[in-house]
Amino acid sequence: MRAIALVAQAVFKESIRDRVPYSMVAFAVLVIAASYLISQLTAGQDMKILKDLGLAAISVFGLLIAVFIGINLVSKEVERRSLFSVLAKPVSRSQFILGKYFGLVLTLVVNLTVMTLAFYAVLLYVDLTTDALLKTAWPAPALDPRLVVAVMLSVAELMLVTAIALFFSTFSSPLLSALLTIGLWVAGHFNADLRNFEAVLDVQPVAVVARGMYYVLPNLAPFNIRAEVVHGVTVPATQVALTLAYAAVYIVILLIGAIAVFRRRDFK
Amino acid sequence: MAAIETEELSKDFLVGFWRPRPYRALDSLTLSVDEGEVFGFLGPNGAGKSTTLKLLMQLLYPTSGTARILGRPVGDLSVKQRIGFLPENPYFYDHLTAEELLSYFARVFGLRGPDVARRVSAVLDEVGIASERRLRLRQYSKGMIQRVGLAQALLNEPEVVFLDEPMSGLDPLGRRQVRQIMLRLRDRGCTVFFSSHILSDAEALCSRVAILAQGRLVASGRLSEILAFELRGWELVVANLSDELRATIAPRVRGIVAVAHGRFTIDLPAEESPDRFILELGRGGAQIISLNPLRETLEDYFVQSVGAAESRQTGL
Repeated sequence: MRAIALVAQAVFKESIRDRVPYSMVAFAVLVIAASYLISQLTAGQDMKILKDLGLAAISVFGLLIAVFIGINLVSKEVERRSLFSVLAKPVSRSQFILGKYFGLVLTLVVNLTVMTLAFYAVLLYVDLTTDALLKTAWPAPALDPRLVVAVMLSVAELMLVTAIALFFSTFSSPLLSALLTIGLWVAGHFNADLRNFEAVLDVQPVAVVARGMYYVLPNLAPFNIRAEVVHGVTVPATQVALTLAYAAVYIVILLIGAIAVFRRRDFK
Repeated sequence: MAAIETEELSKDFLVGFWRPRPYRALDSLTLSVDEGEVFGFLGPNGAGKSTTLKLLMQLLYPTSGTARILGRPVGDLSVKQRIGFLPENPYFYDHLTAEELLSYFARVFGLRGPDVARRVSAVLDEVGIASERRLRLRQYSKGMIQRVGLAQALLNEPEVVFLDEPMSGLDPLGRRQVRQIMLRLRDRGCTVFFSSHILSDAEALCSRVAILAQGRLVASGRLSEILAFELRGWELVVANLSDELRATIAPRVRGIVAVAHGRFTIDLPAEESPDRFILELGRGGAQIISLNPLRETLEDYFVQSVGAAESRQTGL
């Protein structure tokens, strides 16, 4: 455990000093602030647009951080051979992989917390500067705690995406890992369509393959509850719990896969 | 007990994209390094030196054969606790400082609290980069990174240290410092296993050497056994050598080569007495600059061993 924590700390320290996450967070904060201006253009819909854009910005920039740091986590170490000195020390390959993963998760959580705080600051400002009468038209209060649930599911989704990126980065190049991870993320959001593919194309073998892919590929649609939260609809706690459990199982499987690949690898 | 043992250790890599075929990078290496010795692992580029070191660090898995360090299989975490490793052309995390990197590694070795700072300061002082400890590694030169690499290999006061080309990227001062560190390690009973192209370093430091060529062990043993240290002749450097005198001595020497500033190097055969020759040259008006005995060097032995291995390989 200690070795995993030490590797994770080093990843966190290294990534918070990298300019990439900083610029992503800065850009996300800028988008959240800009969404306030956009919301001013649409009378009555301002709070919905503000929340929708803010949550989307947190999710998209979080995704970029997860993908671009995640794909480099292992492949960059292999390419630059910086892992040689680490693996020659009392650190097993599985501890190294788990440390890398938790280090990036820690980075993500910190970055998403900063973005969420910026988001809440904008919402608070709008809440304080809006007439009470206008507020009655809002489907939910500005500082709705359900927003935190939406962000929490975004974090779970990004933890899953990080595990995907880490898995690919144990055996492929950064570019290929990025393409595969983003490809899976896109497929994951349209996964439900694969379930009933025979309705689109009535060819039985294709439908069977599509059904198989539905069960294998990650289903990321349940992690997006932005529409419900923005419209003030409460998502049942069991649905949130099941989605989190699904993420946990998928992440464990991916980490086991990443460790299995990494333990067998030769580092030339 | 041997500090390092390999038995019939071999490694094949697959080469070719469409029809991959095995390429043998290391072929049946059997080697034993005693505790407390400085062992030089020599060979030309592509001989299999780094492959061997990576097999010993379990960065590569062998195709066949076994390797043990301190009596335990390589890769055993308890062994890794007791060894140090400097990879060839090391690279570390750009955004960390040398102090942070070494503190991280010291904690990996199980050091805690004030022991971490104490040990990190000690190794930074030992490799001579204490004043740059708070600079980020991206600002370091190649030589400084090499020193950081050496520092991290010494953090746990290892019983066996593996150094892959430790002199690479270092200036003459740095090389001398590394030589001194290696001798200090030997004096405190640490086994030093190092690969190098620089034969003079090996000659100055090693008790034993092994020479690898094309993945095979072509020679190994104590320097005193490998090199006969027989006198092969004398090298005499003189100035003011007149043409007449040059013509007179030419038949009795193996060669006369003009060097800078009117000086000549005379290659005397071993059977020729240098005293008599010096007197004769002095009488003829030449000025003696230096006289050195010529003995077989590790370089001569290296060239012979590697050359013979390559000839066998090509069938010439």
